[in-house]
Amino acid sequence: MQNPTILAFRPPHGQAASGSAAPAPVVQLRAFTRRFGKHTVLDGIDLDIAEGEFVALLGRSGSGKTTLLRTLAGLDTVSEGEVKLPAARAVAFQEPRLLPWKRVWSNVLLGLEPKALGGTKAARALALQALSEVGLDHRVDAWPSTLSGGEAQRAALARALVREPKLLLLDEPFASLDALTRIKMHGLVASLWRAHHPAVLLVTHDVDEAIALADRVLILAEGKLIVEKPIELPRKRHPGQPEFVALRRYFLERLGVEAEDEMPEPIAKETMVGG
Amino acid sequence: MIVSARIATANFEIPIWVQRSLTTVGLLLAWEAASLAGLIPARILAAPSAVAGTAWEMLASGELESNLLVSLGRVLTGLSIAVFTGTTLALIAGLSRTGELAVDAPMQMLRTMPFLALVPLFILWFGIGETPKIALIALGGTFPIYLNLFSGIRAVDKKLVEAGNCFGLSHAALIRHVILPGALPSFLVGLRYSLGIAWLSLVVAEQVNATAGIGYLIDNARDYMRTDIIVVCLLVYSVLGLTTDFIVRTLERYALAWRPSFINVS
Repeated sequence: MQNPTILAFRPPHGQAASGSAAPAPVVQLRAFTRRFGKHTVLDGIDLDIAEGEFVALLGRSGSGKTTLLRTLAGLDTVSEGEVKLPAARAVAFQEPRLLPWKRVWSNVLLGLEPKALGGTKAARALALQALSEVGLDHRVDAWPSTLSGGEAQRAALARALVREPKLLLLDEPFASLDALTRIKMHGLVASLWRAHHPAVLLVTHDVDEAIALADRVLILAEGKLIVEKPIELPRKRHPGQPEFVALRRYFLERLGVEAEDEMPEPIAKETMVGG
Repeated sequence: MIVSARIATANFEIPIWVQRSLTTVGLLLAWEAASLAGLIPARILAAPSAVAGTAWEMLASGELESNLLVSLGRVLTGLSIAVFTGTTLALIAGLSRTGELAVDAPMQMLRTMPFLALVPLFILWFGIGETPKIALIALGGTFPIYLNLFSGIRAVDKKLVEAGNCFGLSHAALIRHVILPGALPSFLVGLRYSLGIAWLSLVVAEQVNATAGIGYLIDNARDYMRTDIIVVCLLVYSVLGLTTDFIVRTLERYALAWRPSFINVS
């Protein structure tokens, strides 16, 4: 709002309508509504996610973020509206949700038939490759309970990526990690996305995370998408950049956080002031 | 305890297992001395040395082994039936609401009944052969398996089940890769209880007109007032209990190797 000149607002379906250059959307929601009893959690959502697009979804707790993610994951029933999803989907949850009784590499292959992958050896090789991509090749045979939080999340990412998804859903995957690990994981996710180029929906509380990673940021409030804003800042974005600061201010405002409410968070906010 | 404490402070390096067995050894010596002095007559309780001698004789003649085999056979048969029935019922009740409605209520009612009280009924139904003995062991062993496995299945982390669904596991694969491994710790707890109950049921069952088995040896020995044989048989019962408990623990160490507690130990 305060810096609208930098951020030309694109209409919700402008991308799909604007012509031949735009790839076909992998996710298409039309008037999607979800009710639990009398309570309407999602109210007439229209959403396209293009092939290879990185979308971040912000929203306060209870805004319906999780329900939307569960729908895109195919975990929820669709009764009202239209939902088109790609068959190849994968999810990384807030908790890594690794099966404690399977070693890391078997967890990566969960749900994949070794036969279809060309035998146990080939399957293991595939898992090893995915694990080395996330920097976890030294913990291939470990039990999940011996992994640190960051390692477990890396394993969960490997598990999601090994099936080459068209749509990768990230449900606050870094929320329970410490700040330093989180920064590393942002870099990892960005490089994995560049390498595999799935469409990504990242659900997060963290405005900076959304601005740093996404092509487009959505804000969900009371079941409606109230903001859909493309981030046109070139990548290698830094929280100190003035455009970054303006975007943060804008998103926080739309989330209902006034400037004076902002918590003086130690590292990030100091760099912001400095920049 | 006092003795062992003194020894420890005196800087002799005495292994802990020696210290732990000192009291037992002391009691055995006192018992032997009392028997020698005639304070405990043999028809009340045989002396430890007499018990050891009898045990040796029974082993040498093969009497103990052959009867032990009969008893072991009963327990294994009964327990196999118990594991099979308990597991099947727990799967039916644990994996579906309909199954729970059909199975759980009757099981909860039956389990409150002291099953040993069924002996007279079992004799009427099955006669006095092997069948009532095995049936008693099977019945008693079924409940711990059922109860523990059922609650284990229900306690499997819903988030893991959801993750399994997400990654495209079929219903059968979900049961095999997520639900059963998740419920395995509870099953093994149930198995240990079940084993304990199986030995208990064996003791009771073998008092019913047995013609072989450890219980039969005890019964016979009572008629001849052979307290030494009775003590040998009691010892056999407790060794059997300890052995099977050890086997289940070993099983746990392998089957639950992924658990943090086992990882730290090894």
